[in-house]
Amino acid sequence: MRFTVDGQEVYAATGADAHQPGKPWITFIHGAGCDHTVWVLFARFFSRNGFNVLAPDLPGHGKSAGGPLITVEQMAQWLSRLLAAANIDSTVLVGHSLGSLVALEAAAREPQRYTQVVLLGTAVPMPVGEALLNAARERNHAAVDMIMQFGHAFGTQLGGNPVAGISVLNNNMRVLERGLPVNLYEDLNACHSYRDGIDAARTIKTPIMVVLGDQDRMTPPASAQALIAALPAPDVRRIPDCGHMLMSEQPEAVHVALVAAVSAR
Amino acid sequence: MSSSKYIGFDTLTLHGGQRPDPVTGARATPIYQTTSFVFQETTHAASLFNLGRSGHVYSRISNPTVAVLEERVASLEGGVGGIATASGMAAIHLAITTLMGQGSHIVSSHALYGGTHNLLTYTLPRFGIETTFVDPRDPAAFRAAIRPETRLLYAETIGNPRGEVLDIPSVAGVAHDHGLPLMLDSTLTTPWLLRPFDHGADLVMHSLTKFIGGHGIAIGGMVVDSGRFDWEKSGHFPTLTEPYAGFENMDFAEDFGPSAFLIRGRREGLRDFGAALSPTNAFHFLQGLETLPLRMARHVENARRIIVFLGENPAVTHVNSPEVPGHPDHDLARRLLPRGCGSVFSFELKGGREAGRKFIESLQLFSHLANVGDAKSLVIHPASTTHARMGAAALQQAGITEGLVRLSVGLEDPEDLIADLSRALYRSQK
Repeated sequence: MRFTVDGQEVYAATGADAHQPGKPWITFIHGAGCDHTVWVLFARFFSRNGFNVLAPDLPGHGKSAGGPLITVEQMAQWLSRLLAAANIDSTVLVGHSLGSLVALEAAAREPQRYTQVVLLGTAVPMPVGEALLNAARERNHAAVDMIMQFGHAFGTQLGGNPVAGISVLNNNMRVLERGLPVNLYEDLNACHSYRDGIDAARTIKTPIMVVLGDQDRMTPPASAQALIAALPAPDVRRIPDCGHMLMSEQPEAVHVALVAAVSAR
Repeated sequence: MSSSKYIGFDTLTLHGGQRPDPVTGARATPIYQTTSFVFQETTHAASLFNLGRSGHVYSRISNPTVAVLEERVASLEGGVGGIATASGMAAIHLAITTLMGQGSHIVSSHALYGGTHNLLTYTLPRFGIETTFVDPRDPAAFRAAIRPETRLLYAETIGNPRGEVLDIPSVAGVAHDHGLPLMLDSTLTTPWLLRPFDHGADLVMHSLTKFIGGHGIAIGGMVVDSGRFDWEKSGHFPTLTEPYAGFENMDFAEDFGPSAFLIRGRREGLRDFGAALSPTNAFHFLQGLETLPLRMARHVENARRIIVFLGENPAVTHVNSPEVPGHPDHDLARRLLPRGCGSVFSFELKGGREAGRKFIESLQLFSHLANVGDAKSLVIHPASTTHARMGAAALQQAGITEGLVRLSVGLEDPEDLIADLSRALYRSQK
């Protein structure tokens, strides 16, 4: 499905042929350098099980036109305009990594719009190492290599994907290789530069779930503790044998968490 | 080969795609010899069918043992994934039918395994897919043969039996200039000798039956996708970029990005053509893979000793191996295949067909059979067996003469192999 926001075409996966009037919405925001394909299982599941799904490509990502936005605040404002363009007044909001910061900021700005927020692979602040930032700025493949190494649990690097025949590591590498020339640095820098997350968290009224990979070395569970402490009674879940790429590393565990989140609305 | 940042090749041959069984603790990959898998409830069942959740439904589509093999080979190749099939020929067929249909065209090297040559020359034209064969040593010939309806460039990493080494970067460049993928049969090189994706290829197929198994006890194949080819940008592949009525109007490239080819290949190719690999055969191939690096090093070492021996034997007029300094592709092989060119090569006997008959019938250790890549040494006379259905012109084009003998050098003591060959060569000239 395509929309126009700020004069630019925006692509959003829907998981199904068409949206159905009257059904609640669930919106997914991808992480740095990624696109809508990271949500494919969840988009297909929820679109067939009671929801309308919106999984947009952020500007300058995947099939969406324009250049990347450079701050989390800009992305949250853009999300608001996208939802308005899609006539979505109320939605569950799910974000991964950079997308989790966008979800946090968006929920703080427009509490009335979001019925439930799920933050996957999150931390506040979300500092990015200098070596990674520099490599991403130079559009150097070393940036992708670092994310592959630090973003996946050791077990994931060996394999064992429940989606038969697909290498999680190499599939994620290809996704990030598509983002590397155009948006990975901008996204990582947006994560690195986002300073107001704790203040945003303190204002959240929406029911919120935090889902962490217990072997995540990009946003380690310890780095999420300040955020968790600032949120009002979050449902915190840790997924074992899982790094930062939760949706592809442990899709069944993420599925269970998301179903629990929407069931608690 | 993989950089030190990633888990190394040898480690992946042992561990890739598998973790100890979480229920039983089994260290080896269990053989999940089951046709089907119990659903948790009806929503779970529906979600597995429509790709809303991960998991297995029916072993024609996917199976946990087979999936370990698929992921292991894919990780060794550096691909986004793979689909294991009942044979190498099934892998080629699955790849082609996933990419194209009636009215399409392939440009292929003429230096092919005989079975592939049959498929492209005789069988696929009945279904409206034609092939133009070109010299694998001439990238310009690939370019010149491309038509508006061309959908694939195809070749073998090392031609069989003359040992033509494909200039992968050049032919991949030709393919990509035209928005087309390059698919390679990498059976004779295996990812230990050559990773075609590192040089620009887009799809790789293996006959697992050969070096990857190594034991000669199971038939199987695999197609692996690099995940780098942009199907949408190409615009030539509606099977991957337009809604498919056969699977909920899925646009595979839109939904799955780098894995589009593999998802369509599994959800249509395995589902409808049904050439799935059995779990037990997958287990056999996993056992073979565990020793692939050790075996390939020894295959190369033994082959090199025998190539030297044959080159000095008066009954031999010529040895076709890129290992030989005078071979037309020797320099290219040193660049693309620094670890060696494998152990399948051919040589020309003095005395033509009759000498070939005497030679093969005099061998005691080499087995005369239609296979390559076994741990045991093998021999065959291509003109009367593997390439017998090729006409005289095609045989000449492929360089297959009456006196040509193909060897697949195994892992025996090289002194014993040389003694066997020496005795048979002597008798061939009587």
